[in-house]
Amino acid sequence: MKPSIPIATVKLLERLGCTVSYPEKQTCCGQIMTNTGYYKEALPTVRNYVDSFEDYDYIVGPSGSCVGSVREQHAMLAHRAGDGGLEEAATAVAGRTYELTEFLVDVLGVTDVGAYFPHRVTYHPTCHSMRITKVGDRPLQLLRAVRGIDLVELPMADQCCGFGGTFSVKNPDVSIAMASDKARHVRSTDAEYLVAGDQACLMNIGGILHRQRSGIHTIHIAEILASTEKEVSVA
Amino acid sequence: MSTRERLTPEPPSWLGIPPFPEAAKAELGKAQQRKNLRHATATIRTKRAIRAAEVDNWEELRTAAAQIKDRVGRHLDHYLVQAEKAMTEAGITVHWARDGDEANRIVGEIAKAKGVDEVVKIKSMVTQETDLNEHLEEIGIAAWETDLAELIVQLGHDLPSHILVPAIHRNRSEEREIFTTEMGRYGTPAPEGLSDEPAELAAAARTHLREKFLRAKMAISGGNFIVAETGTLVIVESEGNGRMCLTLPETLVSVVGIEKILPTVEDLEVFLKLLPRSSTGERMNPYNSFWTGVTPGDGPQDLHVVLLDNGRTNVLADPEGRATLRCIRCSACLNICPVYERVGGHAYGSPYPGPIGAILGPQLRGLDEARDRALPYASTLCGACNEVCPVKIPFTDILVHLRHKVAEYKTSKHPTVEQGLMKGAGWVMSDGRHLALAQRASRTAGLLVKGRWLGPMPIPLAGRWLQARDVEAPPTETFRQWWKKNRGDK
Repeated sequence: MKPSIPIATVKLLERLGCTVSYPEKQTCCGQIMTNTGYYKEALPTVRNYVDSFEDYDYIVGPSGSCVGSVREQHAMLAHRAGDGGLEEAATAVAGRTYELTEFLVDVLGVTDVGAYFPHRVTYHPTCHSMRITKVGDRPLQLLRAVRGIDLVELPMADQCCGFGGTFSVKNPDVSIAMASDKARHVRSTDAEYLVAGDQACLMNIGGILHRQRSGIHTIHIAEILASTEKEVSVA
Repeated sequence: MSTRERLTPEPPSWLGIPPFPEAAKAELGKAQQRKNLRHATATIRTKRAIRAAEVDNWEELRTAAAQIKDRVGRHLDHYLVQAEKAMTEAGITVHWARDGDEANRIVGEIAKAKGVDEVVKIKSMVTQETDLNEHLEEIGIAAWETDLAELIVQLGHDLPSHILVPAIHRNRSEEREIFTTEMGRYGTPAPEGLSDEPAELAAAARTHLREKFLRAKMAISGGNFIVAETGTLVIVESEGNGRMCLTLPETLVSVVGIEKILPTVEDLEVFLKLLPRSSTGERMNPYNSFWTGVTPGDGPQDLHVVLLDNGRTNVLADPEGRATLRCIRCSACLNICPVYERVGGHAYGSPYPGPIGAILGPQLRGLDEARDRALPYASTLCGACNEVCPVKIPFTDILVHLRHKVAEYKTSKHPTVEQGLMKGAGWVMSDGRHLALAQRASRTAGLLVKGRWLGPMPIPLAGRWLQARDVEAPPTETFRQWWKKNRGDK
């Protein structure tokens, strides 16, 4: 949906010396089908994920939620479908799949990626990054090292924004109530940007912030980390 | 009901509550309730976090608790027979009930045999599950709730909204109102000029209940644990009303779910540490009662335990869902749940609300009713419940598993629109070339509305989204196109 995020991810990884490939066969983690209960419909995405990435050393995703789904659900779906071979392959590929900030901190061993972002920013730790993928404070370590940034704490940061994939469609009223509370907390920080590691949550909260004419922009962490004094990746 | 006057305040029925999305919408509109819920859940979850952090082997305790409960599940037949034998030897009469109706009938028959027309009750989830009070009302027996919050719910012609704090959705001034108007109709009235000070409200409840405690010949409770080895019934509580019910009346009938068995007394240690800290944020329950049979001159002289299945063996039979039976009804998952915090308990349509209700209800009752099929979707899968659960129930995994069962149930007879959408998405996402095709369509839309944000508009599904949120226009260049242009040689 938002090409600026993978573009920033590519630029950032290349700047840090990685050789980045984009297998065009790749698509999606299939979480939307899995979490709605459609296991059979999700299975092709598991096969395609394994086929696309089997040959790579590291698979990096700029989304805590998608990476969590690859790690926690792919093998389960293969198992439930009775496909032992796929289950084994999915487990192996999932073991080499990293969320972007995990890859930077754990594999590349950097927290200062040489980024420059002279703005007031508040960070929302998305539920799946935090509780499923368990990225911990890695995003904050990386953000704290960004030059020029004014990082302010978000009240009730660990509360869900109410997106939840199809939850926002199946339970629109509760979803809006939750997103509105989240937007209220974001506004209370007087930040210029709300940053997170998952575009879906940003789209949810950002949709409310925009409707409220709050003037607060949403931004993916890859976009901040990719920004330098020479090249600002924010449109 | 017949034309005869009711003995106890008539409650509304769970059956009239619509499926979750609709019920939740109505609850969201209650501003005072939302305020009460936000305040109360925030207070309890802060207390829980402090008390859990005090214990250095908290994680090990959680693991131990999960393992003990799983062992009970694996050998439930053995432990149940052992518990029955030990209880019988100690002088407890053991009854078995397949479902709620059978349990209610057993309790009613004991009451009739004792010739009582009223009973006092200790707060119990399982008798809410079987709707025991209404059964007793129908056969002419008044059942009086003695837990403060249950009393508020009962006198308020209301339904419980929380496992531990049934009147969580009410505040002090609402409680004062209920006491003032209702107490006098069913016993000792509230004192003149009752204020909404907690001490005064508690004193009014104490006076009102004391008369009932002193008169009652029979008490009804649930049970937190039964120790199989010794046949000990364990009941924990905070207010002391339970102890009054457990010590004053001659007859005690405890209805206990078959999953409440623990193998040994040593196992209790783990749970008596986890339960109070997880539920009330206290280090220990103020009142812990252990009954091993009957002791002449001390406590109930006739003690009955009704062991209830009511769908539990079905839960046990499902390997993906059975961890649900580890639940010790602490309600930590309710207090942490952002969905529960907004809507409260009634929207879940059963006495078990919040994350535990969303997984337990549909498993106990099955998926034949629309409200049970909606419950597994009443969660954002944020995972906060997984983290606080003292017995490590994998809520989000079970919710997804139940959604799968719902999807299968719905599509078993005929294909659905949702399935069509998911199939379509599955096809698009099965290959990069399919996705590229779909993205080309989205890009065309992006070019049409170039760079603008989209506001309210009547599009199916998206229309509801756009009620309160704007959406950025689709991109005019996809990542695939950018990659081809800029990195295409790789």
